[in-house]
Amino acid sequence: MPQLKMIRAMCEALDEELRRDERVCLFGQDVGEFGGVFGTSARLQAKHGPRRVFDTPLSEAAILGTAVGAAMSGLRPVAEIMYIDFITVGIDPLVNQAAKLRYMSGGQMTLPMVVFTQCGAGTSEAAQHSQCLEAWFAHVPGLKVVMPATVYDAKGLLKAAIRDDNPVIYIWPKLLYDLKGEVPEEEYVVPLGEAVVRRDGADLTVVATSLMVHRALAAAEALSDEIGIEVIDPRTLVPLDIETILASVRKTGRLLVVHEANTRFGIGAEIIRQVVERAFDQLTCAPVVLGGAGVPMPFTRVLENACMPQEQDIIAAARKMLKC
Amino acid sequence: MIDVPRETLIQFLRTMYLIRGFELKMLMLFQRRALAGDFLGALHSYEGQEAVAAGVGACLRKDDYQFSTHRGHGHAIAKGLDLNKMVAEMFGKETGCSRGRGGSMHLFDVSIGQMGGNGIVGGGLPLALGTAYSALYRNTDQVTVCYFGDGAASQGSFHESLNMAALNKYPIVYVCENNHYAATTHVSKNCPIENIADRAAGYGIPGAVVQGNDVLAVYRAASEAVARARAGQGPTLLECKTYRHRAHCMVIPEHRPEEEREAWLARDPINLFVAKLREENVMTQDDLNRLAAEVEQALVDAVKFADASPFPDPQMLSVDFWAN
Ligand SMILES: Cc1ncc(C[n+]2csc(CCOP(=O)(O)OP(=O)(O)O)c2C)c(N)n1
Ligand SMILES: [Mg+2]
Repeated sequence: MPQLKMIRAMCEALDEELRRDERVCLFGQDVGEFGGVFGTSARLQAKHGPRRVFDTPLSEAAILGTAVGAAMSGLRPVAEIMYIDFITVGIDPLVNQAAKLRYMSGGQMTLPMVVFTQCGAGTSEAAQHSQCLEAWFAHVPGLKVVMPATVYDAKGLLKAAIRDDNPVIYIWPKLLYDLKGEVPEEEYVVPLGEAVVRRDGADLTVVATSLMVHRALAAAEALSDEIGIEVIDPRTLVPLDIETILASVRKTGRLLVVHEANTRFGIGAEIIRQVVERAFDQLTCAPVVLGGAGVPMPFTRVLENACMPQEQDIIAAARKMLKC
Repeated sequence: MIDVPRETLIQFLRTMYLIRGFELKMLMLFQRRALAGDFLGALHSYEGQEAVAAGVGACLRKDDYQFSTHRGHGHAIAKGLDLNKMVAEMFGKETGCSRGRGGSMHLFDVSIGQMGGNGIVGGGLPLALGTAYSALYRNTDQVTVCYFGDGAASQGSFHESLNMAALNKYPIVYVCENNHYAATTHVSKNCPIENIADRAAGYGIPGAVVQGNDVLAVYRAASEAVARARAGQGPTLLECKTYRHRAHCMVIPEHRPEEEREAWLARDPINLFVAKLREENVMTQDDLNRLAAEVEQALVDAVKFADASPFPDPQMLSVDFWAN
């Protein structure tokens, strides 16, 4: 199988979907002529024309609004927001409009649209270019939330998101933009709402998202002689495949959730709620969340690292949980 | 002499009668319900502004798109929304145009291009970009009309939208209804210049101040703007100067100068137009009475229909929430 970088895999997904469906279009800042600041739309304007792939002014509300209106009237837009942090500047069309239009119109509308963006720290870009805001969007009824962790999933989930008839926010981890992985030559999609067990283990279930999947796997490998860690990557937060998580917890009796976003009021808390409500009696120790420190992301590397869960933190948490 | 066909003139009057009658009935019914403790949401009366919707609406085709506001009953009626469905929606009934999920501020009928009101002031502006882009994309000559108030012109979405629409020559007619107040705030505290239409120059698009209580003036200005948009010449900003007769919302008390109110009431759009029709012998008093009676009957029937309709079944709360 060919090896691709994550950004290439996503670019291929966009290219293939533009080719497959005449209703798909792609736009955002620097997306057209330049091909996206991360290269995720490289040469797509040349291939598909400026009618379908184009640059917008520096106006996040206008970008998202264009996507909503286009989806309302028969297209399947993909709107790029360069950094998820910038979505806050123009959030109304997504949260107050897209998420609600289908329901509020009594089901008259479908809104097949994707907000294509990236998140996360680790690049010393400081507090306004490093956030993980997925929990905000997962909290809004009417939005699907997708977070790929591997190159294979980055492509397959993006294709599934574009084919979905609901508003989807697709958030890729910027620290992995260079990550290489195998991608089959033949066409495939990764359906939304299916978690994947990345590693089997009998002692502890670690649910990790996005970048943290890789750190959890590294920790599990480091502890392989000591603790059997099962690593689950939910891949999509809405819809959430809680059954796969429950099946694992019923086996291991222990649950650790690891995500880069702040711990407080986060995805980890929600996953634990769902598990506790349905499998409380199978837990042998209190579930734990390892998340971001909950301060604005600092610029300097030592502080930035201290903000984000590291492999060593996961190892320490796992050892502690195995003692109880 | 009026250079507009007689049927069109009668259509103007019919629309204005319908809007006025609708608002009066709703206000009465809502007050009665409020007294009985059965209060249903908010009600923003369009009384006084009828000439704007009637004049603009008459320039539109059924397949043109329209984005409305919180004060949108008049826009919906002028676009041809079925009265039964409209009143039923006001009452929260399953037979309402948004199946009781939207209410007064969210009147949808996609089949006639009524893309909804909006509870967010300025919320429709970015969405209009999308339907306009989509019309160009699909190579149709559909026009998008976007209504908003003098208050909404202070939103960031106003700038982002007009800028992007001008850049891309989107087929949009921006109709700013300057009724001189945003809730209790006079327009002079929202806008530092005399005419909001003058802002069009900042985007290099035509802008015009229109006597918003003169349905013929609105019709002429809107016809020109719609024709420009249809011919691919891009957006226009129309500012219709008008006045709402009622309080901002329901009967909430507010303080507007009495002389100002009286001056505008003396320029009631319906009275002005009826006087003109009589003067030019377009309609006799009998004709007028017949039209008024016909409109009243339609409204009485619609209220009957809505009263007799069922509320949605709570079991259906989450059914069809996601598309497919
Ligand atoms: C974003 C937002 N801010 C504030 C409000 C509360 N609000 C509802 S209507 C309104 C005044 C709007 O004024 P204008 O745009 O002139 O429209 P009008 O009511 O005069 O038709 C306000 C402040 C809101 N609904 N949305
Ligand atoms: Mg106003």
